[in-house]
Amino acid sequence: MSDSETKIEIKQLFKIFGDHPEDMLEKVRGGVSKDELNDQYNHVLGLSDINLKMPAKGVQVVMGLSGSGKSTLIRHINRLIEPTTGEVWVDGENVLEMDEKTLRYFRCNRASMVFQRFALLPHRTVMENTIYGLEIQGMAEKDAEKRAAYWIERVGLAGYEENFPGQLSGGMQQRVGLARALATDADILLMDEAFSALDPLIRTDMQNILLDLQQELYKTIVFITHDLEEALRIGDQIAILRDGQVIQQGTPQQIVLKPKDDYIADFTKDINRGRVIQLKTIMKAPNDKSGPELSAEMLVEDAAQLVTESPSSQARVTNDAGDVVGVVGINDLIRAMARPDIESRLEEL
Amino acid sequence: MDWLTKFPELGRTDLRDFRKSIDQGFKEFTRAYGEDIESFFEPLLQFLIWLEKLLLATPWPIFIFVVAALAWFASRSLRVVIGSAISLFLIGFLGMWEDTMSTVSIIVVCTILCFSLGLPVGIVMSRSDRAQAIVTPILDIMQTIPSFVYLIPVVMLLGIGKVPGLIAVVIYAIPPMIRLTNLGIRLVDKEVLEAADAFGASPWQKLVQVQIPLALPNIFAGVNQTIMMSLAMVVIASMIGVTGLGQPVLKAISNQYLAMGLLNGLAIVALAIIFDRISQSYGKRLQSHRGGQNE
Repeated sequence: MSDSETKIEIKQLFKIFGDHPEDMLEKVRGGVSKDELNDQYNHVLGLSDINLKMPAKGVQVVMGLSGSGKSTLIRHINRLIEPTTGEVWVDGENVLEMDEKTLRYFRCNRASMVFQRFALLPHRTVMENTIYGLEIQGMAEKDAEKRAAYWIERVGLAGYEENFPGQLSGGMQQRVGLARALATDADILLMDEAFSALDPLIRTDMQNILLDLQQELYKTIVFITHDLEEALRIGDQIAILRDGQVIQQGTPQQIVLKPKDDYIADFTKDINRGRVIQLKTIMKAPNDKSGPELSAEMLVEDAAQLVTESPSSQARVTNDAGDVVGVVGINDLIRAMARPDIESRLEEL
Repeated sequence: MDWLTKFPELGRTDLRDFRKSIDQGFKEFTRAYGEDIESFFEPLLQFLIWLEKLLLATPWPIFIFVVAALAWFASRSLRVVIGSAISLFLIGFLGMWEDTMSTVSIIVVCTILCFSLGLPVGIVMSRSDRAQAIVTPILDIMQTIPSFVYLIPVVMLLGIGKVPGLIAVVIYAIPPMIRLTNLGIRLVDKEVLEAADAFGASPWQKLVQVQIPLALPNIFAGVNQTIMMSLAMVVIASMIGVTGLGQPVLKAISNQYLAMGLLNGLAIVALAIIFDRISQSYGKRLQSHRGGQNE
């Protein structure tokens, strides 16, 4: 994803909560830590010097534990929270310099949001909730209902149009939240821990819906989560946040294979690597043995089954053009999944 | 040590002059603007008289039927419908029909006034902490000051009659409407409001599409309280010439007519219960079709 164009760029963003955030800015820039700021000056450091480039048409995950500032960060993209200082560029426009009208236009046409606790309008039916954004856009009711019906169908809620949110389960409510966000046709989707409040099974379900939709929609998605498993599953890019600072950003493979510090390594050690590492990361130079031809982007876990069945116990790895660029043997696959120290093999990553 | 035992009060003459100047000032104000103010309230008076005449001209079975229909529409409960019809019939049977119609008309007008004045004030209060800080003590005064005290200037200004009575009732009955509107809007879920913001809603859109609809159960509790409190004022209002069930009560007090006082008092209670059940069950139904809320 490194060469794709940038959709959202956050530059030198600081957010300090308290009575005199501007005065504290110098202290934070001068190296005062979050704890010191809290204890001595009674201000809370929300975000500190955030610089992020989020790829267009990709899924940018921002991961962090509670209190890391991730929800604060996502609210800066549509300016639900004003920063203490910094810039948020979307399509070459600084969101923080928009006047009220432009900002409202931006929110209802270009960036829609899905919330952790759904935030549906309890007095409106599923249909009425889904057309909410379109109503604000000023779309005629008939057209709005037509479009909403399409999205309700796409998230699998057809038949529930006339139900009230209170009558639906959590998973179904969040489908309404997703349909409401998608209906506005905004090309940025902000998802604030959108699936965190759901049961594990339902969560996987919702992740699948999102990934399926993304296959055809190619939205720029900013996804906040505290769950690394979820982050690795849906993220094209992951930024890890701690105490209001980005401590590592990269692809899921980079995060898992090259954790920047012990904090991240601690997170990643229990992860199923087979579901993250791609063949191209572990392949060796091509040899003349035969075997099934597998894509370089295929995950180790998926390849394992196929390689086991191959008589040569190896597979040939092909690039997008179909040329063989390497091979992986059964041993390579097992070694990759078994979480050994394989950093030395990953120079080309 | 004289100052310790003797309160440093204003001298008797000073005090009299002080009161006199206030009275004088208000009297001059009355003389200057009394007529303007009276003509300002003229349409209200006309409406009140029209409504009273309408209710009196309505054949009694139709009135009972309309109330029963309202009760059914609001509560969907047969018990409320039958209870309302029977108590209205008994009121008429015991010779209080006309007074009851007068009282109903003043309650209706008062409720409409309280709603249309209280709602906007409550909204303003909910949107600004400063407005809340200013309005709250005024409401406290309106609710605690003895009604007789504000009857004096109202009567000085407008004389005895229906309009001053109406004003007195509104002053007493409007605070819960304002308070509960304010409270209802302030209690609207912050997350839902944030969602409205995130979808680019303007402040007006937020108010009309999110805040007021979600505050409706509280607003209706306010309407309900307003009706109850205006019924409670019926007797006091009758002292300044408001016709209705209050006047026989007043007569009964001064002449020690026990039965008369009791019957008219019970009629007021019956009206209160009917109004209460209808408005409260309507408010509850507003809430119920939202389903089970978030699990």
